[in-house]
Amino acid sequence: MSRGPMPRNMPRGPKPKFNPTTLKRIIKMLFKFYPVMMPLTIACILFSAVTAAMPAVFQQQVIKDIETFINTGDWERAKQVILPKIFILIGLYTVSIIAITLYNQLMVFITQGFLNKMRIHMFETMQNLPVKYFDQNKHGDIMSHYTNDVDTMRELISRSLPSLLQATVVVTSVLSIMLYYSVWMTLVVLLGVVTMAFVSKKVGGGSAKYFMRQQKAIGKTEGFVQEMMSGQKVIKVFCHEKECNEDFDKVNEELFNDSFRAHAFANCLGPIIGNLGNILYVLVATVGGVLLLTKVPNISIGALVSGSITALTIDLVVPFLNMSRQFTGNINQVTQQINTVVMALAGAERVFNLIDQKPEEDKGYVTLVNCEVDADGNIHETDKRTGHWAWKHPHGDGTLTYTLLQGDVTMTEVDFGYEEDKLVLHDVSVYARPGQKVAFVGATGAGKTTITNLINRFYDIEDGKIRYDGININKIKKSDLRRSLGIVLQETNLFSGTVMENIRYGRLDATDEECIEAARLSGADDFITRLPQGYNTLLSNNGSNLSQGQRQLIAIARAAVADPPVMILDEATSSIDTRTELIVQRGMDKLMEGRTVFVIAHRLSTIMNSDVIMVLDKGRIIERGSHNDLLEQKGTYYQLYTGSFELD
Amino acid sequence: MIKKLAKSIREYKTPSIITMLLMVAEVVIECLIPFITARLVNDIKAGVELSVLIKTGIILVFFAAISLCCGGVAAFTCSKASAGFAKNLRHDVFTRIQNFSFHNIDKFSTSSLVTRLTTDITHVQMSYMMIIRTAIRSPLMFAFAIVMAYKMGGSLATTFVVVVPVLIVGLLLVARFAMPAFRRVFKKYDRLNESIEENVRAMRVVKGFSREKYETQKFTNAATDICKDFTKAERIVALNGPIMQICMYFNMVFVLIVGSKLTISSQGALLDIGQISAMLTYGMQILMSLMMLSMIYVMLTMSMESMKRICEVLDEEPTLHNPKNPVYEVKDGSIEFNNVSFKYFKDAKKSALADIDLKIKSGMTVGIIGGTGSGKSSLVQLIPRLYDVTEGDIKVGGLDVRDYDIKTLRNSVAMVLQKNQLFSGTIKENLRWGNENATDQEMIEACKLSQAHDFIMSFPDGYDTYIEQGGTNVSGGQKQRLCIARALIKKPNILILDDSTSAVDTKTDALIRAGFKQFIPETTKIIIAQRIASVMDADMIIVMENGKVAAVGNHDELMQNSEIYREVYEQQTNGGDFDE
Repeated sequence: MSRGPMPRNMPRGPKPKFNPTTLKRIIKMLFKFYPVMMPLTIACILFSAVTAAMPAVFQQQVIKDIETFINTGDWERAKQVILPKIFILIGLYTVSIIAITLYNQLMVFITQGFLNKMRIHMFETMQNLPVKYFDQNKHGDIMSHYTNDVDTMRELISRSLPSLLQATVVVTSVLSIMLYYSVWMTLVVLLGVVTMAFVSKKVGGGSAKYFMRQQKAIGKTEGFVQEMMSGQKVIKVFCHEKECNEDFDKVNEELFNDSFRAHAFANCLGPIIGNLGNILYVLVATVGGVLLLTKVPNISIGALVSGSITALTIDLVVPFLNMSRQFTGNINQVTQQINTVVMALAGAERVFNLIDQKPEEDKGYVTLVNCEVDADGNIHETDKRTGHWAWKHPHGDGTLTYTLLQGDVTMTEVDFGYEEDKLVLHDVSVYARPGQKVAFVGATGAGKTTITNLINRFYDIEDGKIRYDGININKIKKSDLRRSLGIVLQETNLFSGTVMENIRYGRLDATDEECIEAARLSGADDFITRLPQGYNTLLSNNGSNLSQGQRQLIAIARAAVADPPVMILDEATSSIDTRTELIVQRGMDKLMEGRTVFVIAHRLSTIMNSDVIMVLDKGRIIERGSHNDLLEQKGTYYQLYTGSFELD
Repeated sequence: MIKKLAKSIREYKTPSIITMLLMVAEVVIECLIPFITARLVNDIKAGVELSVLIKTGIILVFFAAISLCCGGVAAFTCSKASAGFAKNLRHDVFTRIQNFSFHNIDKFSTSSLVTRLTTDITHVQMSYMMIIRTAIRSPLMFAFAIVMAYKMGGSLATTFVVVVPVLIVGLLLVARFAMPAFRRVFKKYDRLNESIEENVRAMRVVKGFSREKYETQKFTNAATDICKDFTKAERIVALNGPIMQICMYFNMVFVLIVGSKLTISSQGALLDIGQISAMLTYGMQILMSLMMLSMIYVMLTMSMESMKRICEVLDEEPTLHNPKNPVYEVKDGSIEFNNVSFKYFKDAKKSALADIDLKIKSGMTVGIIGGTGSGKSSLVQLIPRLYDVTEGDIKVGGLDVRDYDIKTLRNSVAMVLQKNQLFSGTIKENLRWGNENATDQEMIEACKLSQAHDFIMSFPDGYDTYIEQGGTNVSGGQKQRLCIARALIKKPNILILDDSTSAVDTKTDALIRAGFKQFIPETTKIIIAQRIASVMDADMIIVMENGKVAAVGNHDELMQNSEIYREVYEQQTNGGDFDE
């Protein structure tokens, strides 16, 4: 029995529906990925399906032979008739076993390979999606594409598709054999098949419906449990355990009802089809008996070809009985796959949805290169790391110009909104000269972070212009633009791996010494060396073994090692307690030396020494100037600064 | 372990047993049907009259009807039994978690508890369903088929002496090699998914450093590595089919060769044709039931991990217990720490708190400051007995906290946790957590005191505004003020704010404190804060460092005696805070 990793949480989704385009696309992709293996596998499946039917014929013949020879008691003579047949049988079996083994092994390769390719494809697409996608979709939902949705396809490819194919082959071949022998009897069998199809559509449909409802109920339970488990301490503080239990029981009961119905329907299907098969068997026998007795002329393809229509004979009725058995078995097999197919197609649709997302647009053609500046002030491109960078700017007439990277960022009259008709920034102009420290203060939602989102082009502006060293940032290749900007965000994200690896994330070719130096500069070295394994301490689960403040320090070191000419610090020190901040501040000041820095902070002590401070309110800059300028203006900034005193 | 889980079957024992009985009935009928079909075939061959044929047909239809009933009812009962078992299990696990103390909660991560309650239990449900359907059916089928085979086939049945052991050994070998391989891959696979999650969460960092290609490469390597492992494991499992086929085919060939020889040379005396056919049929049945049993085995081992994880929760003993003769009334809000030491885990090397001696009078306002990890939160969490002290004792209202009824104690010691949370529901519903029977007037009063009333009224739905899960539709400061209001509704003797106004602007913060002084003077107020302004005017300020009380006194005293206090004060008064 093969099965995949256990699904974590079940896919949510719309009503079950059978979407043939999705299925077509999966099959197309399978052939595209495995142009040799797929046809080979299909050939093996077809072959084993055919050989599975053949032995029955030989068995029948051997038994017939036994019947012929039974009264002679002469094994020697019988042997000569029977053994060759058995040898053919053995040959068939051997080939069949080879085919089955081959297709089972091939199927493993194809299934696993396909899933792997899908995952990589999804991941690659995802890396190139705009930040907007991640802001708009819940992370849990994106995750479930990788876990549940991909997993639903495993069963589809490894089991459902082959068994559907096999069943189709068997059904068609049996049907043609039946038609060859007798049309009347075929009609009887078909009548039974139609009934079964009808019943399985009804029952199977009900089952699919409740399976979907069950998934929804699981989702609901999961949501409830998630909320309660994360608030467990609050529950204890308020002695709210009993109420929680009662609420949970309600959700639980709902899940029970849907789960029970879903499985009841699914489990019913087997016995129903199986016993309809038994009834069909009787029906075929009875009709056969009637036809035999009434001697109705037997219409059949075989008869039509030979041109002699005779009455039905016993020799035909008995095989029909076996064939109706075979029919039932195959239909039962198909119906068992209904739920898998419905769920897999729903999952595949969601996966394709992700793959079909439009990637982040990048029409930039200005690139960032290392350079040397000679005595005359001319800029030469080089492959070495020199500590100097230049913007390489190809022009329409084929000429190239180089502009030295200095970190001069200007925004002119920028308007922006995350949603249409809902502007978050109005007419914002910011001028940051190389080496200046520019600070933004303002309430949550005033638009501080939005400004930085625009500078590194996580989002594109609607109106106005942003220039970087005089170049419109829309012309700069996104990856190069971002490489020149170091960012430290309020919400720190670290990766699984050692502390060292996390710092090196800033610049992949940095040496250990450079990483340690960066940590020292940002004040992280102190606590890192006190960790049990120092720089080799493994971080997991977003560095949950560290405090929020320590995580921020590592993030600062990570940005420091990248050594970018421009830095954006978005609440980078918000979670560092005031005593530690004192230490970090010194490092930060050193780090900021000679760089253009954008700082967002709500602790005024962090930004007081900035060259320019912008006070933002509802997406507009309402005050700007140095700390002293602003204090003199006696406006909002002044009130903020003095706030803690006037109240006491 | 299985015994422990089986306790949760309870009222679903009946449908479980009915399922098994129905399965027995189904097996019996399934075994009878071949006899009747054989008779039907013989009837037709013999060219009997239609009425006889129909009679046999009716018997078969009758059996099919019974089998259908059995199967249908069994589908119903087994679904009910397994879904019900899962329901009970979820209930048991959830209630067990509700009985956990903080100590127990710390041991499990939220996401692992969620997985246990959903995915793991679903696995157990599926296994249970499979077991009650096949655990009796397959062995019975096997036994029946073996008996029949010997009865019908006589010496021919020796084939099973060869085939059955071969199949069993083959299937067991496959399971044995595949299982550990799978377990290893699953672990890797979980890690892969974690790293995807990490990547999604850190997308701004990835893009900020232009690491899209690097990440894709990293992922491709990891995914391909796992794919290889999966393929290896699955390839072993894929041998199941061929092994089964080989046994089946061997059986057929053997029966045909030996059977035909025996039959013909004895002229049907030792064996007849019917017996040969029967041997073929029963052979199939024997092998199929073995296949089923091996599937149960695989399924059981697969869900073993899930069972283990569920049992971990059920086995976790709550560490806090109500005393035998609890006191149901807290006299006043006085607090006393006598030589208190505290460790989060018994074998922890470092004490979270050591040698704490404090006396707080009822109605006092107490401020606590100190760096991260200095023990501020640990100190206050001992007061409502969220944890028990390791050494020493704590008295509230003159009595040891361990003598009170826990609910009574916690209702009179209201605590606003640092990592606080609102629940999905209206503001009113959230506030009623403090007191189920709170009147609208009481709620408004509490909200006015916590400076929440004005912003609540600014919402179109006022107090009926729906709070989304995780409180995402209110700002951090608003959330904190609602949490304070929720605690105030308890009308507690002691109110503890653990860094609960960090996101509230200084002005509002001051208003809240002023309100406390004016309207709840007899309540003891303990305020932990990062901002010195929040504690400056307290009657008593405790400075914590490294799990110890570094200094105690009012603002003026500390400015003189405590270097830490002075340092923080000076740094903070250099600049105000901007928030909200």
